[in-house]
Amino acid sequence: MTRYLVRRTLHAVLLLAGVSLLTFLFTALVPGNYFDEMKMNPQISPETVAALRAKYGVDQPLAFRYVHWVGGLLHGDLGFSFAYNTPVGPLLRVRAANTLLLTSVAMLLAWGVALPLGIWSAERENGWPDHLITLATGALLIVPDLVLALGLLLVAVRSGWLPAGGMAAVGAEPTTWAALGRDYALHLLLPVTALVLSCAPMLVRHVRAAMLDVLDSSFLRAARGHGIPPRRLLYGYALRAAANPLLALFGFSIGTLLSGSLIIEVVMSWPGLGPFLLEAILGRDLYVVIGGVLLSTAFLVAGNLVADVLLYWADPRIRAERGNG
Amino acid sequence: MAPILEVRDLHIAYPSRSGTPVRALAGVDFSLSSGEILGILGESGSGKSTLAAALLNLLPPQGRISRGSVCFEGIDLLAADEGRLREIRGARISLIHQEPSIALHPTMRVRAQVDEVVRAHLNTAGGTRRAKTDAALGAVFGSEAGSLGARYPHELSGGQRQRVLIAQAIACGPSILIADEPTASLDSVTQAGIFALFGELQRSLGLALILITHNPALLAGFAHRVLVLYAGGIAELGPAADVISQPKHPYTKALLDSLPPWPTPAASTTARLPMIPGDLPDLAAPSLACRFEPRCPVRMEVCNTREPAATALGPAHSVSCFKFGG
Amino acid sequence: MISGADRAMEPLLTVESLVKRYTPRGFGGGRGGVTALDGVSFSIAEGSTLAIAGASGSGKSTLALCLACLERPASGQIRLAGRELTTLTETQLRAVRPQMQLVFQDPSSSLNPRLTAFEIVTEPFAAQSRFSASERAARARALFERAGLSFQSATRTAAEFSGGQRQRLAIARALALEPRVLILDEALSGLDASVQAQVANLLLDLQEASRLTFVFITHDLAMASRMADRIAVLDRGRIAETGPMDEVLRQPAHASTRALIAATPQWKAELRQQADT
Repeated sequence: MTRYLVRRTLHAVLLLAGVSLLTFLFTALVPGNYFDEMKMNPQISPETVAALRAKYGVDQPLAFRYVHWVGGLLHGDLGFSFAYNTPVGPLLRVRAANTLLLTSVAMLLAWGVALPLGIWSAERENGWPDHLITLATGALLIVPDLVLALGLLLVAVRSGWLPAGGMAAVGAEPTTWAALGRDYALHLLLPVTALVLSCAPMLVRHVRAAMLDVLDSSFLRAARGHGIPPRRLLYGYALRAAANPLLALFGFSIGTLLSGSLIIEVVMSWPGLGPFLLEAILGRDLYVVIGGVLLSTAFLVAGNLVADVLLYWADPRIRAERGNG
Repeated sequence: MAPILEVRDLHIAYPSRSGTPVRALAGVDFSLSSGEILGILGESGSGKSTLAAALLNLLPPQGRISRGSVCFEGIDLLAADEGRLREIRGARISLIHQEPSIALHPTMRVRAQVDEVVRAHLNTAGGTRRAKTDAALGAVFGSEAGSLGARYPHELSGGQRQRVLIAQAIACGPSILIADEPTASLDSVTQAGIFALFGELQRSLGLALILITHNPALLAGFAHRVLVLYAGGIAELGPAADVISQPKHPYTKALLDSLPPWPTPAASTTARLPMIPGDLPDLAAPSLACRFEPRCPVRMEVCNTREPAATALGPAHSVSCFKFGG
Repeated sequence: MISGADRAMEPLLTVESLVKRYTPRGFGGGRGGVTALDGVSFSIAEGSTLAIAGASGSGKSTLALCLACLERPASGQIRLAGRELTTLTETQLRAVRPQMQLVFQDPSSSLNPRLTAFEIVTEPFAAQSRFSASERAARARALFERAGLSFQSATRTAAEFSGGQRQRLAIARALALEPRVLILDEALSGLDASVQAQVANLLLDLQEASRLTFVFITHDLAMASRMADRIAVLDRGRIAETGPMDEVLRQPAHASTRALIAATPQWKAELRQQADT
């Protein structure tokens, strides 16, 4: 088990290193930088710009800057934001927490909906629930996520039931925990719904497929032949055997949910990594971009690591393959 | 001895792509007594697996039972409700599936899988359940039951997996065991071991055993009676010793003749084995003739006109062939 | 089948001290491991059949794979018509492969169920790309005939054939490149008893007509006795004994041979009496 974990962690670190290098390269390839934008601002003198450029070492060769940045990273220093004039770390931390909140809630809800629906659909294969679900998921899959999000926004604005953006009410500060919780929940509702509606249909279909595959297997028929009751067959046998593909799907869904969330955050004005990253990209705020991308990748990798570990624990055949390492 | 299982006039068909139903079983009648070993001899396509599934009403949803009954302890299993059937399956009548490598749950330990069967039927406290599971595993694995029980199916050999299936089948003390090709995927030495186990269990637990196989040699000296199934119908049914040493139906005879005999120094190895030419009939094509007629070495005019009825050759031996009446 | 007396010439296939080990892959290298073949030697004359009998775990499947050059042995020699095979490169082997073909136990997994019978049988031609389309069709027709299959069924997919017919297809495919040696790895074991005799007869006919050499690997001694006049018994990676079929069967020297004989259901006492009458 430990050998497996060590190996996966090593892979993760290598992946992060690769991503950071790629991001650095891309930002170097993109024309212009923060200071070029600044130069166009008539209020700032060219000398100030030159001095700032020298201070941030923007004119240094790429390799030097990368190594310097990695050195800083190992000390916990993610670089400096040109736009905000503060270290990147604390900036990202707040935003990252918000994104995590959004994606975790969406993840829970998406799976909480997809799993039972997928199982139900597979159980009643070709029955009316199955057809209904297939139709609904098909329709949702066709509609682009952006359109879904905008549609929800429209509903919110027109009806006035839900706040159309932001994370907390501006102005009046809620005093009790309950009121604070309620406020957060109301603000979360729209972006979470958008995320779940964009992600869940695919999950439902995959869960259904995985279950159908297992429900057709010989060991299930053999168990039925032994008189095992249907509930136990479904959860103790079928679902358990489907754990393998479903856990892999779990790992995959973290990725799709995360990328989806970045866009939804922008549309719904949720103060997470999404809008922040967008702003930084447009403004060529180099270190924020790299830090943000790296952080998202780290979430992704961590999520997949968790999925891998769960898979290892759940499926003895994988353990055997690894030679009980 | 009063029979514990009676199968009467069983007719089962499946829909086919061409529209005409495929007759899997057409008029199967037999009974099973307590403690008896009945061998059902049939090749692929004879309807043997359909018969095995039908005995516990476990046919796939497309299977249509057009006629017939399977009576066990006074209940017609083909008419019983799902709840009653669940009580019987695995507890009073057990089915051992064909392929041990796919009949076990891949991520559940062996002991747990046997335990599940016990748990499904006995609402007793944990201690009794554990005892039953241990007894079943002990009966098939002997002293190694502890270590083997903790393993997963993929960590066991083919023969060991088959033993697990047997343990699951006997755990709740059934009166009938149905084994569908239990050793088809095993080599001869392992096969002999499994049959020895069957013999032991049958004696010690007083089980009635229905053994389904394509190999008549396995039934010699093991089964009490043999039922020969061909293309969904019974060709011959009688005491094993009689059917195997003096087969009456041309199919049974041809089948037994094609078995490789003990080589003698005089025997030439260039001589070809006697064989049954041709293939099984298309069960979807309706035919009024005897099903074996196209391949029969001793066919007569009448064989083409209608199907022969079962003729009794003795108190316990019957054959469906025009050569003996019908 | 050619008797021992005619074997004055060099045997067609010779195997000498074949050793094959399997080590588990993994982080940190392989400790442990299994020696599947531990110094196996035998020879077969052209046009004859050697039966290699053993229980599961004896190394039969490994031997089949090594003979077909699908696995490289750790040490030892395999000589076909005098040419040593274990040291050849993959490109050199490609020229030799047509001469030794493998027929597996389970036709439903060794044949692609989506291909038609015609495609299956002509698959080896496509790999060799020597023949034009019409030549291929003509050869396919000839192969079907040799295997006792109706050419009208050529458009059906493998899934629509019965077990015995599928095995005939597999044999037809194996014959496509006109091999000199057929390695039959439990080729009859997966068939119903009623069909085994048919396919066995087919193989014997083919052997006579084309002077094929068979390596008949099986656990079923009864079938082995009808196919071969010589037998080698494999036990845990080693040849336990070897010799003429009826000698080895009547006077088995090794415990594993005795175990195999005792386990053969066709030779139970109840059936033997019947045969002797």
